Amino acid sequence: MGFVQTIGRWVLNLVLDIGRLGIMCGRLLSAVLRIPRSLKLIINQMLTMGVQSLPLVLLTSAFTGAVSAWQGAYQFQNYVPMRYLGTAVGKAVVIELAPVLTALVVAGRVGASIAAELGTMRVTEQIDALEVMGIDPVRYLVMPRVVSGLIMMPMLVMFANVIAILGALVIAVTLVNLSSETFLNGVRMFFSFSDLYTGLTKATVFGLIISLIGSFQGFNASGGAEGVGRATTRAVVTSSVLILISNFLLATIQFRL
Amino acid sequence: MISIKQLSKSFGNLTVLRDVDLDVERGETAVVIGRSGSGKSVLLKHILGLIHPDSGHVYIDGQSIEQMTRRELDQVRIRSGVLFQGGALFDSMTLLENVGLGLAENTRKSRQEIDDIATERLQWVGLKDAIDKFPSEVSGGMRKRAALARAIAMDPDIVLYDEPTTGLDPVTAEGINDLIVHLRERLEVTAIAVTHDMNSAFKIGDRIAMLYEGRIVFNGTADDARSSDDPVLQQFIKGDTEGPLEII
Ligand SMILES: Nc1ncnc2c1ncn2[C@@H]1O[C@H](COP(=O)(O)OP(=O)(O)OP(=O)(O)O)[C@@H](O)[C@H]1O
Ligand SMILES: [Mg+2]
Repeated sequence: MGFVQTIGRWVLNLVLDIGRLGIMCGRLLSAVLRIPRSLKLIINQMLTMGVQSLPLVLLTSAFTGAVSAWQGAYQFQNYVPMRYLGTAVGKAVVIELAPVLTALVVAGRVGASIAAELGTMRVTEQIDALEVMGIDPVRYLVMPRVVSGLIMMPMLVMFANVIAILGALVIAVTLVNLSSETFLNGVRMFFSFSDLYTGLTKATVFGLIISLIGSFQGFNASGGAEGVGRATTRAVVTSSVLILISNFLLATIQFRL
Repeated sequence: MISIKQLSKSFGNLTVLRDVDLDVERGETAVVIGRSGSGKSVLLKHILGLIHPDSGHVYIDGQSIEQMTRRELDQVRIRSGVLFQGGALFDSMTLLENVGLGLAENTRKSRQEIDDIATERLQWVGLKDAIDKFPSEVSGGMRKRAALARAIAMDPDIVLYDEPTTGLDPVTAEGINDLIVHLRERLEVTAIAVTHDMNSAFKIGDRIAMLYEGRIVFNGTADDARSSDDPVLQQFIKGDTEGPLEII
């Protein structure tokens, strides 16, 4: 009985959450018209997100590029000519590694901070205060964060692409003994804009997931500082899971074998 | 002006309000007293729709707020001011920005006009020297006063005060009482104030209502309250340890 009840409650909560998220999305859509008047808020959010995540994205992508060059070289040895190393690394970075790893890092940094900030505003009645001032908190707080997430994620991923390939280049030149020309030619040889486009599309979707889930969890926080902590954890876990699932779904849509 | 009818609210098993009725006429200030945890703040939050009742209605100018459209409700909210018990100041903004936000978002006034009005309101509550400080940089009592300045920034018709004098020294508290009386007399503000400060209650209230065990057990003028023989009310007013109210 206890087990059935637990499952039942879990499903009920899930359905309630999806309903609440739907309502928030509806209010978000009706706030789109107010984007021009909220430019200052949006730009502020973009700066915050950029400052918060750039150092982490730099670190993650440099090491990811480096390790993928090393892995690639290990798997290529004696089977595949090393001049294709750049091709393999380039594609892996642009299509998968940069978007997914950047998204996971940003979810941990920016998603968590959105949830903590809005959660604190919720439990200290600041969101109620906005409501009674006739200011729609979804328009004032959530919309700028979501718009900024949609814009900043592709930019961060572009940046991660460049840094990861540079990281791979360093390994290729120093440890695999390739010339930088050979490696970069490999990157260029089969480079296609549609791969880049695929990666940046994913980045946009991930940006939406991170900002929306972070805002949603913060908005629904309750129960003081502990509740804010719970909301923050939930924001990171939920958005990480959704990033991985949607990454798979997008791959099956975008790549036809 | 404000009319609360048969309002009931429970949180899980805990019934906080049972069939509460309260009417406040235009230009009148009603004070709701009651013990800590008796549901005063919950009652106040129903009035502008921050909490939805399980049953019952809140009417503002004869219109039920549950039946208003979002736009109508926003119009009512814009001409109201709320002082939250905890202040609820925006901690990313200075006191001046806090007080000016409603004007900036809801009117077409220039930055300069908004800052002038916000400065004036902060001056009314004695915070002229702290306008550029953030809420985390000022004392609890100063936060409370800044929140009061924000509540009255848009010249509201309706003001809801949740414990306006709690946490203030007696002299400052007296100044705030005077301000609330001034708002009522000069600007004809309709108000509901929640407090346990009986001195303040008698000073600012045209009418006093006592909330006890989820019900309004007394509702009358300040003189009625003083001369009432209701033992609960008398014990509360005098702060006696003997009587029907349990001590902790
Ligand atoms: N959102 C909520 N969820 C669950 N219970 C709540 C909620 N808000 C208030 N309560 C409960 O309702 C009761 C009344 O709370 P309320 O804040 O109205 O008290 P109060 O009369 O304002 O007390 P105080 O004078 O200490 O401020 C309390 O028992 C509180 O625990
Ligand atoms: Mg209270």
